[in-house]
Amino acid sequence: MTTEFKSISLSGRKKDVSNKDMTFMEKLYLPAIAKGMGITLRHFFKPKVTIQYPEVKREFSPVYRGRHILMRDENGAERCTACGLCALSCPAEAITMTSGERKKGEENLYREEKYASTYEINMLRCIFCGLCEEACPKEAIFLTQDMPPADYQREGFIYGKEKLVMKNEQ
Amino acid sequence: MDIALFIEKAAIILVVFGITMLIALYSTFGERIFASYFQDRLGPNRAGPGGILQPLADGVKMFTKEDFIPDTPNKFLFIFGPFLFMTTALVTSSVIPWGDTLNLFGRSIVLQAADINVAVLFVFGVVSIGVYGIMLGGWASNNKFSLLGAVRASSQMISYEVAMGLSIIAVLMLTGTLSLRSIVQQQHGFIDWSGSIPWFSWNVFKQPIAFMVFLICAFAETNRTPFDLPECESELVGGYHTEYSSMKLGFYLFAEYINMFISSALIAIIFFGGFNYPGMDWASGHIGGNVATLLGVGVMFAKTLFGIFFYMWVRWTVPRFRYDQLMNLGWKVLIPLSIANIVVTGAVILLTGK
Ligand code: SF4
Ligand code: SF4
Repeated sequence: MTTEFKSISLSGRKKDVSNKDMTFMEKLYLPAIAKGMGITLRHFFKPKVTIQYPEVKREFSPVYRGRHILMRDENGAERCTACGLCALSCPAEAITMTSGERKKGEENLYREEKYASTYEINMLRCIFCGLCEEACPKEAIFLTQDMPPADYQREGFIYGKEKLVMKNEQ
Repeated sequence: MDIALFIEKAAIILVVFGITMLIALYSTFGERIFASYFQDRLGPNRAGPGGILQPLADGVKMFTKEDFIPDTPNKFLFIFGPFLFMTTALVTSSVIPWGDTLNLFGRSIVLQAADINVAVLFVFGVVSIGVYGIMLGGWASNNKFSLLGAVRASSQMISYEVAMGLSIIAVLMLTGTLSLRSIVQQQHGFIDWSGSIPWFSWNVFKQPIAFMVFLICAFAETNRTPFDLPECESELVGGYHTEYSSMKLGFYLFAEYINMFISSALIAIIFFGGFNYPGMDWASGHIGGNVATLLGVGVMFAKTLFGIFFYMWVRWTVPRFRYDQLMNLGWKVLIPLSIANIVVTGAVILLTGK
């Protein structure tokens, strides 16, 4: 049927597609359709794969890298010393910070003499690679198992210290 | 005119209208739920318990969208198209017998809006007017894709109407009547003991080929997959309703579901015995005539709803036909098949003398 097209092959790599004639049963289509409908019906009664998100949460792997947390030490003082290694290692350039000097009487707030007075991570830039966690010499930044929640504004995704630093009670 | 008859008919028309609307509304929901179940998903289940308020949410969305009318010289036709499509979809429900007679208040009430003796012809006539709704809408949109969709729709519906009409002729040769009510009454019960060989009384067992042809054509007539070429998204954006928005689009989509409902009802009536069910004589003799009738109405609706489910089932199984395949199937397979069926049926009637 398609012999007149067979010789045309500009690249010389054309494959001949099998165009075999269908048997009568195949031409009827109906057996094949019935078979297909059997398959779809089987799927109709199969358990569903959907996870009902806010009520049921999918279990993450133990190495899952979610939103960041800035740790405190055992006395409740912030570990970060604003060395900037995390910002340097960040491939997405998502971290910015400014450093401040610890005053007298703030030893219970900051562990080192130099600390981050502001610390921001842009969650829209972050690719959750975890390099910041790896780079940190003070074991201050970690990636947790949480996901950053949705927001209506882009500004809402720039996480400052109020969202990043570990809560004091825990 | 008898005032009681008037009230009775008005009540039936209103109830049928309401039920048609309700079923069409929930078919849209059912479509989404069944689609997702066929695809191992759960589907919309957030609006109300189990998602049953979803159609309302969809309706509100449709109503509150911007009603855009494109820059077309045919504004009137543009508005008239969905209106016509919706009207023709609704009108066919008037001749469908939903049940046997009820005996209430000393009257025997026929559960049918109008028992006209040419009901089959009426349905075919009205359905073919429905093509105008698509054609006018697509043409007045002043858009290539809409026009292509509309042309496809009309040529498809006209081709398949031929096969549909021919397939039904074989059934009509057996029944000898065009009244849907008589067709149903002839399929009384489930097994017919009166003949020399007891055989099922439903037409599907007497005319299986006519049933297959009719079913395939019904899919084509309602523009459902595998024959949804008028609105295939991958080729024509949205087909004939590309330019429509808001409730005008809603009317087109909604009328499609009404058409589905009506055609399932029609298939149930012509081929599956309508409101007849096995053991109906026993029920009317032992439980009471009215209860038996109501059971019959329930059976009728169960058959219709299964028909709608079947539409959806096929939709999520069979991929879309190519246009030349569609035309080949219609003209070269279904029409000769139904003509052959007529000839065979005629020969059998002649030989057995029935
Ligand atoms: S996880 Fe990666 S991308 Fe995100 S802040 Fe840390 S280093 Fe940057
Ligand atoms: S989080 Fe760690 S790496 Fe980043 S500035 Fe603080 S101490 Fe340095």
